[in-house]
Amino acid sequence: MRMLSELEDGEGMDSVLRTLARDLDVLLGGDRVITDPVRLRTYECDGLTNHRATPGIVVLPDSAEQVAGVVRECVRAGVPYVARGSGTGLSGGALPRTDGVLIVTSRMRRILEIDIPNQRAVVEPGVINLDVTRAVRADGYYFAPDPSSQQICSVGGNVAENSGGAHCLKYGFTAHHVLACEVVTPDGEIVELAADGPGYDLLGVFVGAEGTLGITTKITVRLTRVPQTVQTLLAAFESIEAGGRAVSAIIGAGVVPAAIEMMDALSIEAAEAAVNCAYPPGAGAVLIVELDGPEPEVAAQFADVERLCRDAGAFEIRIAADDAERALIWKGRKSAFAAVGRISPAYIVQDGVIPRTALPQVLARIDALSAESGVRVANVFHAGDGNLHPLVLFDDAEPGAAERAEEVSGAILDLCIEHGGSITGEHGVGVDKARYMPRMFTEADLDTMQMVRCGFDPGGLCNPGKVFPTPRLCGEVPGVRKGPHPFEGKADLF
Amino acid sequence: MSGHDDLPKLLGDCVHCGFCLPTCPTYVLWGEEMDSPRGRIHLMQQHAEGAPMSAPMVKHFDACLGCMACVTACPSGVQYDRLIEMTRAQVEDEHPRPLRDRAVREAIFRLFPYRRRLRALRGPLRAYQRTGLDRLVRRTGVLERVSPSLAAMERLAPPLGRAPRLPERVAARGERRATVAMLTGCVQGEFFPEVNAATARVLALEGCDVLIPKGQGCCGALSVHSGRAEEGRAFARRTIEAFESADVVVVNAAGCGSAMKEYRTLLADDPSWARRAGAVSGKTRDLAEFLLELGPRAARRPLPVTVAYHDACHLSHAQGVRAQPRALLSGIPELTVREVADPDICCGSAGTYNVLNPGTAAELGDRKAGNVAATGAELLVAANPGCTMQIATALRRRGTPIAVAHTAEVLDASLRGLGPDALLGRAW
Repeated sequence: MRMLSELEDGEGMDSVLRTLARDLDVLLGGDRVITDPVRLRTYECDGLTNHRATPGIVVLPDSAEQVAGVVRECVRAGVPYVARGSGTGLSGGALPRTDGVLIVTSRMRRILEIDIPNQRAVVEPGVINLDVTRAVRADGYYFAPDPSSQQICSVGGNVAENSGGAHCLKYGFTAHHVLACEVVTPDGEIVELAADGPGYDLLGVFVGAEGTLGITTKITVRLTRVPQTVQTLLAAFESIEAGGRAVSAIIGAGVVPAAIEMMDALSIEAAEAAVNCAYPPGAGAVLIVELDGPEPEVAAQFADVERLCRDAGAFEIRIAADDAERALIWKGRKSAFAAVGRISPAYIVQDGVIPRTALPQVLARIDALSAESGVRVANVFHAGDGNLHPLVLFDDAEPGAAERAEEVSGAILDLCIEHGGSITGEHGVGVDKARYMPRMFTEADLDTMQMVRCGFDPGGLCNPGKVFPTPRLCGEVPGVRKGPHPFEGKADLF
Repeated sequence: MSGHDDLPKLLGDCVHCGFCLPTCPTYVLWGEEMDSPRGRIHLMQQHAEGAPMSAPMVKHFDACLGCMACVTACPSGVQYDRLIEMTRAQVEDEHPRPLRDRAVREAIFRLFPYRRRLRALRGPLRAYQRTGLDRLVRRTGVLERVSPSLAAMERLAPPLGRAPRLPERVAARGERRATVAMLTGCVQGEFFPEVNAATARVLALEGCDVLIPKGQGCCGALSVHSGRAEEGRAFARRTIEAFESADVVVVNAAGCGSAMKEYRTLLADDPSWARRAGAVSGKTRDLAEFLLELGPRAARRPLPVTVAYHDACHLSHAQGVRAQPRALLSGIPELTVREVADPDICCGSAGTYNVLNPGTAAELGDRKAGNVAATGAELLVAANPGCTMQIATALRRRGTPIAVAHTAEVLDASLRGLGPDALLGRAW
């Protein structure tokens, strides 16, 4: 048996973890507990590679009961644990703990139920986002949240990060498409959180909590009817400013596009190198605008959009004639992050939000930052809702380059905050942005959030070290309090 | 070792985005990071940083099918094909395999690349099949106990008929449009001789003089893809000698075509061969690719049959040939092409994989067979002998046997007006 020999090989493991590994092996059996150091290291990071930590133990459970069992064992041993789906997160939300257990849900990937008449499906957390759509497409439905990594990211991860995507301008984030979650609470109980009951919206608290309030093991998602018509255009502009004017004009005209995406010259260059998307040559920026809905409405608005783009200075407009052409337009955009690997040895994907109207000023400031520091910045954004994804490029082989890039990346977040925006639109805070939280929130804000967290996880073992800048034990929550913590022991009520 | 200096750079191309995961057959089966391309690249990185080539590491490298679906999926342009080839060579150099493994590997590499040895096997194999001994052996499971690899080979062997020999030259019908040289392959040549015959006829009917160089041997695909780089290079040099005088080299086996197109990189560091290798790579075409470039001239006669077209990995992922065979098939009147679900996922054949890893290969074969059966097609069309054997075996195992044919045979049947029975009467 592989596992037994791995356990025997687990020299250097501390004794708590070693004992825990044996208990987990009994609990899960088979090949579901990993302790071999070489294998463990393959889990050391998710989609964000500048934070790495080799997990103490990795487990690959098959069921909610197994997840609950693992959590209970961790609680009993006092060992922290972190949940991970497909490992595509961009804020290090699933960064493992070297002294803890990484609970990987990639084997929990069954679609349990599809209920077309009630427009819902029940899936396990490891189910890939796009697989939900694939399963219901023939019935005329789809799962609306569409992060660029939708071909691999898991629904469980979408829930944890409240993932959005290009189309959340019109359709909202994951939170708007989750009707219920079965959750393993931080004390190892399996509970159901639903959106439709009276009382506090605990599901609302849970979705987007970045895995700090429990681990979802079953998700009821809303299915959205495939729109009657979809129209997509690609408009090329000489400059980002011209593109930005078009965005403001379109939104100002009262049109709610399914998506408005913008890419600058550098990100276009990367996408071209990766997927030959054949965007108009010489463009300083391209805008992808997609409208969907009933045919007459789309037709009327699409004509407006086209006109507004031309008025703003578009020198070329392409309209997708069919799904294949639409896919090609999107391919460039959806591959943009990873494609940057073609033009730079390393890069940081930043995620910030600004009011849409501040777009021109902020972009000019980013340009200036880039010029001053000599650090190249490629820009990709969900322009409709002001969600920026600057890609800060650097060469990790060059001494000091990573630090300079990090500095520019942080300065961009400062710009976002300064303009009344946010340090994250959809990638989450995770471990990467925890230190920026105090720039955006007051001490009192953070303390309030911490109280919510302690309400769910008084032991502080569930994905600790994420979201908040300085991990605190629940007893340290400020405020005069006599006796036990008000939430203590009540997590099961949720 | 060729290109080893590139290894760190090639590893650095991976940005860990994970887009490769859903296309990786072993990740699809097991959902484990270290059995995904991203995880394997991480393991390669660990090895490059000094970690020894440990048994767990080797296990995950061996589990890779080399299907290249991840290369297609990767937005960052990671050359995983080169990475795994270099890594396999390192495994062979640094990792002593157990005796039994070594014996099986030696047997495979002393048999499959040699047509004369395969031919010697044909007689006994045919007798074995005709006497019904095969059914008895399978019932007793004796081979399974001796060696799962041997049992896998036995199960995969196609029913053998007579083997027509091809002449050295087949003249074009009508006005000549091109002169092409044809690779006949090892397994293709001995176990599927009718595919080569059909290929030559189709090329001739389309106006090509077809040359079949006598000196040709194995192209080296199996060796190169298994980390036996030196052996592979020796095969490649012989093949280059046999084909370098041709204008175009037409290959009807996906694995061989892909290997020949890679000669350029395989021999890049060999000053006396680099240029010649590049030249042969440059004029190698898959049959479907070539026929579509040439354009149809011969009349297509109706062939009322529903086919499921299977993308061989070494055709779709390694050579980017997807549209051409579909276009050729769709050009046949009354023929319907059905798509197989999850076309990007390997069938589990993968060169020698189904012999060396029979369990995993069978699981993948079963998935593929299920998807093929779900199309309701009467005929499975694939352009690689390994895939054909693998999927046909899996379909037989699930009790839904289906007739199989190579794209060339379907075209041949249409050009000669043979009718569907010529193809459908040959269920495995």
